[in-house]
Amino acid sequence: MINIIENKCDFCGTCVGVCPANCIDVDEASILINHKKCIDCDLCVYICPIEVLESINEA
Amino acid sequence: MKPSYDIIVVGGGPAGTMTAKYAAENGADVCVLEKTRDIGYPVRCGEAVGHDGITQFVEMQKNWIAEKINSCTLVSPEGTKLDVPFANETGYILNRRIFDYDLSRLASKAGAQIFTKVKVQGLLFENDKIIGVKVNHLGEDKEIKGKIIVGADGVDSRVGRWAGLKTTVKIRDMESCMQYSVSNIDVKRNNMTMFVGKNYAPGGYLWIFPKGDNFANIGLGISGKYSKHKSAKKYLDEFMSREFPDASIHTSMCGGCPIAYPIKKPVADNIMIVGDAAHHINPVTGGGITPAMKSGMLAGIVGAEAIKYNDQSEKFLEKYVKAIDKDFTKRHHTLYKIKEAISQLSDEDINGIARNIDSIPTEKRTLRKVFMSSMLKKPSLIIDVMRIFTGL
Ligand SMILES: Cc1cc2nc3c(=O)[nH]c(=O)nc-3n(C[C@H](O)[C@H](O)[C@H](O)COP(=O)(O)OP(=O)(O)OC[C@H]3O[C@@H](n4cnc5c(N)ncnc54)[C@H](O)[C@@H]3O)c2cc1C
Repeated sequence: MINIIENKCDFCGTCVGVCPANCIDVDEASILINHKKCIDCDLCVYICPIEVLESINEA
Repeated sequence: MKPSYDIIVVGGGPAGTMTAKYAAENGADVCVLEKTRDIGYPVRCGEAVGHDGITQFVEMQKNWIAEKINSCTLVSPEGTKLDVPFANETGYILNRRIFDYDLSRLASKAGAQIFTKVKVQGLLFENDKIIGVKVNHLGEDKEIKGKIIVGADGVDSRVGRWAGLKTTVKIRDMESCMQYSVSNIDVKRNNMTMFVGKNYAPGGYLWIFPKGDNFANIGLGISGKYSKHKSAKKYLDEFMSREFPDASIHTSMCGGCPIAYPIKKPVADNIMIVGDAAHHINPVTGGGITPAMKSGMLAGIVGAEAIKYNDQSEKFLEKYVKAIDKDFTKRHHTLYKIKEAISQLSDEDINGIARNIDSIPTEKRTLRKVFMSSMLKKPSLIIDVMRIFTGL
């Protein structure tokens, strides 16, 4: 699962651009991931310029 | 806001406002919907443009210009500095906040309606046909009908995807970018400096674009191929603490640049995609302002025609595809290949080429000579890059 360190986010939308599942929604000052649609590819984690996203193992 | 328009443009960047301007001028009833509170802000851009790039659309205004540029310097991985004066070209570092705002005023003057704080959340369909958009305006959900929807929604575009168009950027074609606008630095005026090499910015470059005395946009883009191992921010912070430890940082921002082939299919029935959303960006330089304006202009003209002839089918909107193909997308295909070739060069290759060029005296360093010289060393494409940079 992808975790968002939200107070770190700049809402630039780069993650949205690479998300193959189209499951990230970025507004002016908010970011939301639709976890049901997320395919855990972690591309958003790799592309984020400021390391806002992290991949965590579901317990 | 009216319940319906001929053309609804999603996104108020240069692509969106130019679409709206030209569509309105050609008789269509148009609106622009922008999710942020302010057109032109936040600025996610290095703000470099070429004179001709902008003046093909609008007259250059003094208050758009933060700095005039008449030369560029390329710094090789081992530190060889290559100064190349511009011959006929002039470049600028813009104040995009003012520039984008004024473009939206031009669109409005032409008859388009601009709205901020309107987030488009999906498309409206009727029997599989696109008939409008679903929006949230200051907390309230609404529907707006439109005969044509234009996706000018930038790197985080979703409009095309909602319509089944393939706008997702491959990770290897996305530049992960970070920029600081800083003061208290020593910066060469009227010159843009670019650093290349794996230590500065793998698969991209680092730029210093001055904006007045002791002030500059300093940023970089790294390829998505490499950002997994170390983020853009880390690369930039390392550079800043090494080169400008005393700088004051006035703006920090990040963003993404799709340096990809233009999307194969930017139209379908009742929809067109323009600007960054359609990957209309110079794949070598990452310059996207001018191509965004161009695809916006062409989409606006075709959109208005489609309204006039009451035909918003994919077939009719193909005219837009033909127009951009003729104008820049073919060139972007070539540039993409150049980008790929450059990405194959090792730091040693670049050092060698740079040393070779360095042996030509600056005053004789015309782009032609530079080109011939590097051809002798290695038939590489690095000099094409310089030409592209100077021509932006
Ligand atoms: C760090 C960086 C440096 C750059 N430097 C340069 C440079 O020096 N020179 C250059 O020419 N180019 C540069 N570029 C590229 C340039 O910024 C873009 O190509 C250009 O802004 C594209 O214009 P656009 O109108 O297509 O998209 P944008 O300017 O991104 O505009 C898209 C707009 O759509 C809005 N939007 C998105 N989704 C929605 C929605 N659902 N509802 C409503 N509104 C929405 C966004 O808020 C945004 O305002 C740089 C890019 C980056 C990231």
